[in-house]
Amino acid sequence: MANNTKGRRDFMGMALGGFTALGGLGALYAMKRTWDPLPSVKAAGFTTLNMKDYKENELVVEKWRGKPIFVLKQSAETIEKLKKEKPDDLKRLIKVGDGHYTVCVGLCTHLGCIPGFRPETQDFLCACHGGVYDITAEVTKAPPPRGLDIPPYKIDGDKLVLGETGPEYEKMLADGITMPV
Amino acid sequence: MKELKILGIVAAFTLVLYWGVEPFAHSQMHKHVEGEGLKYSDLKPAPKGDAARGEALAAACVGCHSINVKNMPAPMDPVMSAQTYGVNPPDLSLAGKVMDEKFFAHFLLNPAEVTKSKHFAMPPSAGSLQDAADIVAYFKSIAPKEVTPKETYEFACGRCHANRYGNWTQIGEVPKTKSNIKTGVDLDALEFKKNLGIYQNKLADYMGKLPPDLSIIIRARSEHFLETLVENPQSQLPGTAMPRVGLNKEGMEKVIEYLEETGDPSKHARSAVGPWVILFFFIFTILAYLWKKSIWKGHY
Amino acid sequence: MAHFDENAKPFSHQWLNERLAIDTLKRVLSTEYWIPKNINFLWAMGMVLAATFGLLLISGIFLLMYYQPNVDLAFDSVNYTIMSEVGYGWLWRHIHGVGASVVFLIIYIHMFTGIYYGSYKRGRELIWLSGMLLFVAFSAEAFSGYMLPWGQMSYWAGMVITNLFAGGSLHADSLVEWIRGDYVPGQAFLNRFFMLHVLLIPLAIIGLIVLHFGTLRIPHVNNQDGEEIDFEEAAKLYKEGKVKESKVIPFNPVFLSKDVFVMGVYFIFFFYLVFYHFEFAMDPVNFDPADPLKTPAHIYPEWYFLWSYEVLRPFSTDVGLIAFAIAQVIFFMLPFLDKSPNVAPASKRGLFKYWFWAMLIDMIVLTFMGKLPPEGIWSTIGLLAAIFFFVLWIALPIITKKEKKL
Ligand code: HEM
Ligand code: FES
Repeated sequence: MANNTKGRRDFMGMALGGFTALGGLGALYAMKRTWDPLPSVKAAGFTTLNMKDYKENELVVEKWRGKPIFVLKQSAETIEKLKKEKPDDLKRLIKVGDGHYTVCVGLCTHLGCIPGFRPETQDFLCACHGGVYDITAEVTKAPPPRGLDIPPYKIDGDKLVLGETGPEYEKMLADGITMPV
Repeated sequence: MKELKILGIVAAFTLVLYWGVEPFAHSQMHKHVEGEGLKYSDLKPAPKGDAARGEALAAACVGCHSINVKNMPAPMDPVMSAQTYGVNPPDLSLAGKVMDEKFFAHFLLNPAEVTKSKHFAMPPSAGSLQDAADIVAYFKSIAPKEVTPKETYEFACGRCHANRYGNWTQIGEVPKTKSNIKTGVDLDALEFKKNLGIYQNKLADYMGKLPPDLSIIIRARSEHFLETLVENPQSQLPGTAMPRVGLNKEGMEKVIEYLEETGDPSKHARSAVGPWVILFFFIFTILAYLWKKSIWKGHY
Repeated sequence: MAHFDENAKPFSHQWLNERLAIDTLKRVLSTEYWIPKNINFLWAMGMVLAATFGLLLISGIFLLMYYQPNVDLAFDSVNYTIMSEVGYGWLWRHIHGVGASVVFLIIYIHMFTGIYYGSYKRGRELIWLSGMLLFVAFSAEAFSGYMLPWGQMSYWAGMVITNLFAGGSLHADSLVEWIRGDYVPGQAFLNRFFMLHVLLIPLAIIGLIVLHFGTLRIPHVNNQDGEEIDFEEAAKLYKEGKVKESKVIPFNPVFLSKDVFVMGVYFIFFFYLVFYHFEFAMDPVNFDPADPLKTPAHIYPEWYFLWSYEVLRPFSTDVGLIAFAIAQVIFFMLPFLDKSPNVAPASKRGLFKYWFWAMLIDMIVLTFMGKLPPEGIWSTIGLLAAIFFFVLWIALPIITKKEKKL
């Protein structure tokens, strides 16, 4: 390679290299899209709960997007007690018909274990690292950083559609009651 | 230039090779059926029909069929129908839209002969060619202005052929159901499966075998094959139990469009991405050529 | 004891050199790997093959993300999930399918280039033999991959090809069952061919590519005139700056720049096929799901296996099998059956020139006949071409022995 051509050669080499890198970016984009969840997975992300089916003070575990969902219908006594002791917690409840419900993703906000419900003490204990949540699933003992997350929901008569976003859920998000899931 | 000569030789051998294993081999393997562009020339032209007279005559149809555009339901559900007739009679809303008029009229007079299938469940349903033409005129008058590819498929093919990529079975769409959270059992889905099974068994008895799922038939057979097959099944598959369904041009286009949707869904993405990739390699090649030229300077 | 400079900055040039000898590596493998100047674009086919293997590897990795090696799910996982649900899944599949077909076109061009210029002799025998091993490995890779979509062609090709191992009247049926892990191609069969296709054979291919490159280093590549070059002398001239006078060029960047240009042209062709003409690489029959109770009306291998399939077909079972077995390995023997003392292009080698073109055309005729239905005139032509194939191989040592030293 004659030395006088070196400058031009480098320039063309670099132009080619840069252009190839551009194509590489395009290929990376296609690869990224291949890793995305499938449309059918996303479309299957809705669960409809019939809220009339739940009995007071009985925890039921449902499934939404593969995750456990805690549904707990609160009794009138609990509501009264909360009004006096922890009025803020009331904001975490979802009102459908006459009932007040705790509906949340049953995965600890610390590292994702499933907390267990303790009827005697009316709270949830996460056995993994000892986190505790109260009856509305608000955190009362660390390490979890916040209460259990509430899934996006929309109230539809007596039904609750998980996965859709209704005005009540939007308000909860705006008030910082829950994080987006 | 010597290199171009070599390239020419390589390209010529490659093309000959390609010609031999693709176009030539296929022309020898498959018989070619010309088709007649949906003329149904074996049938005489039908007289002009009177829709008002046709409406009265068509009252008899709902003894077996539904006409959803007129809110007339079918007397039986698909599974019961199959148990009675071997197959579920179609909803007639689209009949006037996607069926060839002349075919339709002759079909009403003599279904078994016109469909060219030995046993056809439907009995002759018109007294004269004029009556038949009137009924056809009536169905043309009530048909919707627009039909979707999927509706056309359901009407023309979907009671015999499932299309699982389109979520379609012979008895309708697969419903969304939920399994019991404690046991994982989905009774509704099992129920649907059972009904579908009953239907398919009856259909297989009626047709001699279960007509194949058409999800991806568009890639397994050529478009030309499918069009000539639908126009006249006997031309491509002599002795087949599949009836001639008498689609008109619009009906055929819609059916093919549906088969493309389910069987070749990447068609649009391909034509959107293709030109960019080719353009990229064009520019790449030009840059590579310039690079090569600058590097080889002084070598000869 | 090697010398390590305490003060060298980690990952600096000196630091790396002391640990990895990067300068030496670069010299030996690229900037002072000498290539004769007198070559044409056919010498770029090796790098084109490597690039195509790269495309197959990358597209294969992404197909693997949603492919299901299960007889009930495989077909739909490919034809539905990958083709319509996975983002750009269709692109990977078309690249993979077209790549698998085109790689053989390039392999054949690469092989016949070697045969034409006599690049398998006088120190280059191992290049040829390792190349043939690559051909066998690629054939196995393509066959095993063809099983995976579990369509009608997958199933029936699996049935027919594994039955070859019964050895005709030897009736080694237990060997066939052992290969399949079942009486017929079933779940066990699909799983083991999946393993072969995505792990064992690709590993072997990568190893063989390294071997193939290794066998090139000492004899160097041949050139258009078969001239024996004194590489040390020529390299010295080049390094002195007498670039024009020297008969060699360094692989990097001089030869490489030409390779990249040829690759560019090839990629235009390749992606044209991927987007606008992929049907030839994806047989329509394989879009019918596997049905163990129904053989398709026409079954034939992919085009690149047709010539050897046609060597099998016109004979009775046993003779056919022997003929087929010989056809599979006969190209390995080329360096030893060519008795001529010359390394030169076929055009300068008398009778060998005719041998070369006759072999090429005969193999193309065999390829044509292999796909046509074995009836009437096609059978006869196929039989004659198959016999001619063996006649050519028998003639090879005789005509090359007579060749005069150039
Ligand atoms: C080395 C050269 C290779 C060749 C010649 C080859 C050949 C083939 C062929 C002929 C098919 C069937 C094509 C089709 O019908 O779509 C196929 C499918 C497949 N290959 Fe390969 N392949 C190669 C490498 C690889 C590698 C390295 C991987 C993964 C690491 C891979 C993964 C797959 C998968 C998952 C399929 C099934 C998907 C499909 O059929 O479209 N292949 N291959
Ligand atoms: S995961 Fe629940 S406390 Fe750590």
